[in-house]
Amino acid sequence: MRDDGTVNRAALPAIFNPEDLNALETALEVRDAYGGTVTAISMGPPKAADILRACLFRGADRGVLITDRRAAASDTLATSYILSRAVRTVGRFDFVFAGRQAIDGDTAQVGPQCAEKLGIPQVTYLEQMIHVKDGIARIRRNFGDGWEVVDAPVPLLVTVLGSANRPRPSAARRVMRYKRAQIEAEVAAEVKAELGSASEDERNAETARRVKELAASGLLIDQWSLDDIGADLSRCGLAGSPTKVYRVQSIVLTKEGYTEIPATEEGIRQMIHELVVDRTLG
Amino acid sequence: MIEVNRAGEVWVFAEQQDGVLHDCALELCGKARQLADELGVKAGAVLPGAQMAGLAERLIAQGIDNVYVIEDPRLAHFQTLPYARVLCHLIEKHTPQIVLFGATAMGRDLAPRVASEMRAGMTADCTDLEIKDVEDPRTKEVHKNLLLQIRPAFGGNIIATIVNYDWWPQMATVREGVIPLMEPDAARQGNIIPEPIKLDDSLFVIKLVERHVEERRVNLKGARVIVAGGGGIGSRENFRLIHNLAAAIGGAVGASRAAVDGGYIGKEHQVGQTGTTVRPALYIAAGISGAVQHRAGMEESAKIIAINTDKDAPIFSVSHYGIVGDVKKVIPMMIKALKERR
Repeated sequence: MRDDGTVNRAALPAIFNPEDLNALETALEVRDAYGGTVTAISMGPPKAADILRACLFRGADRGVLITDRRAAASDTLATSYILSRAVRTVGRFDFVFAGRQAIDGDTAQVGPQCAEKLGIPQVTYLEQMIHVKDGIARIRRNFGDGWEVVDAPVPLLVTVLGSANRPRPSAARRVMRYKRAQIEAEVAAEVKAELGSASEDERNAETARRVKELAASGLLIDQWSLDDIGADLSRCGLAGSPTKVYRVQSIVLTKEGYTEIPATEEGIRQMIHELVVDRTLG
Repeated sequence: MIEVNRAGEVWVFAEQQDGVLHDCALELCGKARQLADELGVKAGAVLPGAQMAGLAERLIAQGIDNVYVIEDPRLAHFQTLPYARVLCHLIEKHTPQIVLFGATAMGRDLAPRVASEMRAGMTADCTDLEIKDVEDPRTKEVHKNLLLQIRPAFGGNIIATIVNYDWWPQMATVREGVIPLMEPDAARQGNIIPEPIKLDDSLFVIKLVERHVEERRVNLKGARVIVAGGGGIGSRENFRLIHNLAAAIGGAVGASRAAVDGGYIGKEHQVGQTGTTVRPALYIAAGISGAVQHRAGMEESAKIIAINTDKDAPIFSVSHYGIVGDVKKVIPMMIKALKERR
């Protein structure tokens, strides 16, 4: 954690948020049943490319990583703005699937906020995609105290529950193929390690050559900056984030004394008596 | 976003379904009342729906001054787009300084959409709210009377306090059960203000096909006493002990996640961060080690008894009475003592 209370995500391992796996699985099932392509989009430091490789292993057709230092410290409003710009840049779409919530902040805000920024309806808490017919998705959603089935027109943003499905594992053949998939920053780092003595121009040329080669064989994970997605910088990062962390406290166990009751009939009778006397028990 | 308006009201989204106000909305009324009094402003509630006889009066009895009523038969069932339009319209019109929602399935669907359209800051799943002057560490500017939005994060291991200097209104969803329900006062006076809003048909794009509401079979939140069992109970058969003690004491049955995952009892009994947050008069934690996620859901209980074989179990750190021992021996002794108490 940084001094300003925001999280230094570069210092954390990139992990696949559990409900995002369910969202990916739903997207893959819809594609397998009705056609189309699945593009996985993530935002984070360069090592979040691991997550996009994991998506490719499972069946995604394309990966896009939004990585830009100016996006750091974005709250949910700024994050949803950036992601909505990324979706717009990918182009035409019928569905945006997102996990209901992340396990770090578990705010569950980015999905609905992204839908608003895209100007499309949202269906939260998908438990089952029943079918898609004539541009209408029939979805069963679970709202905790019950469930409902709704018909919603595409384009549509859907948030997916962990109980929706069992995400498919990585396919061995896809792992063999896509473990070589990279973003440009990874290629550049590789070139720098291999050709440390070469001039910067030479290294850049080599990086460009390798990126082109990866793209030709379908192994390039797109790496986009905020400029690439036409983002208004005043709406990104700290500048675009209305919420500020005022204070962060670690929860420390307080060892205040408690009354230790011996596990005997007499001890327990005494405790029950005290609870009756102080009117805890009626 | 709206201009910072220090005379603005403190609002509650009055979540209701089929003419019944959600408990969480009623709890929030008391909090809104308290915050409004601290700020010297009025408390308001936004009440959209159809056929809502008596609900506005109930909100006033819970502490609200102004109830803004939007009645439209098409609002009978919650839908994000028209509900969001109602809220955004009223926020722009009346410029409240704070807007609170329950952290319910509906609130967590609606509030972020509204915050996004208003470009307002919002914090999800708060467990407490306070008013305080805050100095911006960068500009050294002091912002008077901001809403401190307090919530657990990173699995409950830290408590984060969030503020929003000037992208108003200050918005938050608040977890159910963390704010004590205020006693209703039927004599309280308030204003019921009908708000005519034209809602375009294009907002109603989602069609309800079928709906099934499950009765809440387990009333953990309303229970005065909760007897909860954890992984230490060991088996579904042994969990009968928990039911027996609950019956003897006249309480509800709760469980930790370990007990639910172990199949000893259904998820609707789960207490904790991913289950229900409770604050009964007495909470008995039997065979529950007390992971932070569980403690977050019960540590506000007035009295806590912990029973565990491990004397170092974290549950003892929040308990008032601690019994180091085997639940299989201790619980029958408790049942016996309860029966003999009169």
